[in-house]
Amino acid sequence: MSDDVTTAEKTWKTPFNIIAGIIVIIGLIITILRFTGGLATVTNLSDYNPWGIWIGFDLLCGVALAAGGFVTSAAVYIFGMKRYHSAVRPAILTGVLGYALVALAINYDVGRPWRLPYPFVVQSGTTSVLFEVGLCVMLYLTVLLVEFSPAPMEWLGFRKARNIVVKLTLVLTIFGVVLSTMHQSSLGALFLIAPSKLHPLWYSPYIPIYFFITAIIAGLSMVIFESSLSYRYFKHKMDATHLQEKNDVALGFGKAAAFVLAGYFVIQVFGLSMENKWHYLGTGYGLWYLVELLGFVALPCFLYAVGVREKNINLIKWTSALAVLGIVLNRLNVCLIAFNWHLPSSERYVPHWMEIGISVFIVTIGVIVFRFVVTRMPILYEHPEYKEVH
Amino acid sequence: MDGIIYTLQDFYLHTKSITYLLMAPALLGFVGFWIFLSKNDEEE
Repeated sequence: MSDDVTTAEKTWKTPFNIIAGIIVIIGLIITILRFTGGLATVTNLSDYNPWGIWIGFDLLCGVALAAGGFVTSAAVYIFGMKRYHSAVRPAILTGVLGYALVALAINYDVGRPWRLPYPFVVQSGTTSVLFEVGLCVMLYLTVLLVEFSPAPMEWLGFRKARNIVVKLTLVLTIFGVVLSTMHQSSLGALFLIAPSKLHPLWYSPYIPIYFFITAIIAGLSMVIFESSLSYRYFKHKMDATHLQEKNDVALGFGKAAAFVLAGYFVIQVFGLSMENKWHYLGTGYGLWYLVELLGFVALPCFLYAVGVREKNINLIKWTSALAVLGIVLNRLNVCLIAFNWHLPSSERYVPHWMEIGISVFIVTIGVIVFRFVVTRMPILYEHPEYKEVH
Repeated sequence: MDGIIYTLQDFYLHTKSITYLLMAPALLGFVGFWIFLSKNDEEE
């Protein structure tokens, strides 16, 4: 009996559980402070800087990095690339978690979160871009939940319901692609209203297109990145098909990412040219822009290309991390670093440590739920009772 | 014109001229890049 207790204690006292536990406790304390004391208690937000990292990181990066769901399901179910089928469920899971956490984060950020449903039932401003983003995110989260539902249904043994949902796969994928195209670009379109606040190198009439293309890059890179992490930590959960297709996914998605990155690089240069912004490149912000464009667009493009050509899976995996970092940098640049660039440094936004704490807390919740789901449900393997032709 | 932009016509003439000049190598570059990416596919 005492041996059992010791074993149970050992099982719980893993480094992951201890670190995640501490983060969750701190996160819950900040959550109480946020919802009892208001935004001023835990944030450095002001009238000049009405949004911070909860929008720049949690929301913008969360939505972009969750794009793997629609990219993968479109590749497999619309373009018929069945050899990537094993990547669909992990990508959909990442998408569900990404969007669910975005929905959670927005509750922290808005001053009166209980009014979040107002755009759908009270206001009449249906021409607002923000309304479109809200509506699309809500609908797409619903679509993702339905797309993901066969996994928990297989786990719980709801065979009939699962079979009905599986028949809807193509329709759900089409909904997903349409909704994602709309809101990924509209997130960029939100900044069209602030041409005087966003630095000219990041502001562009083409910013919705930039956001959509970078979302595709984020989706492709995130699938490779997530697949390499899953292989490292959940290899024992992967079946033969997943292990066999793993390298194909990295090569195929790496090739696509290299080509899309090349396209993005070129349209960024065209953007500079069309708006005659070359002279900004010699400034401090110009150098920072070049760091983003050369270090986090051109470099991953080149490394992906070399990795695919040489079939170097390790290089592709590391490049996916670089590309993911590049997307995060791009969103932070647009939303925070190059935003309000004309303000004196004393008025610039620097996140409060409790804002960072909440962001880390939200990411940790995502990792905990991902781990819970992957270790229980058929995500990295096919359920033995449902092995059929897809 | 000595590099001075007076009118919207001048602006578009200037920016579009440069963009069109960039487009040609970009389009050729895409083809080359695709060939570079796909070279080892034939071995499979």
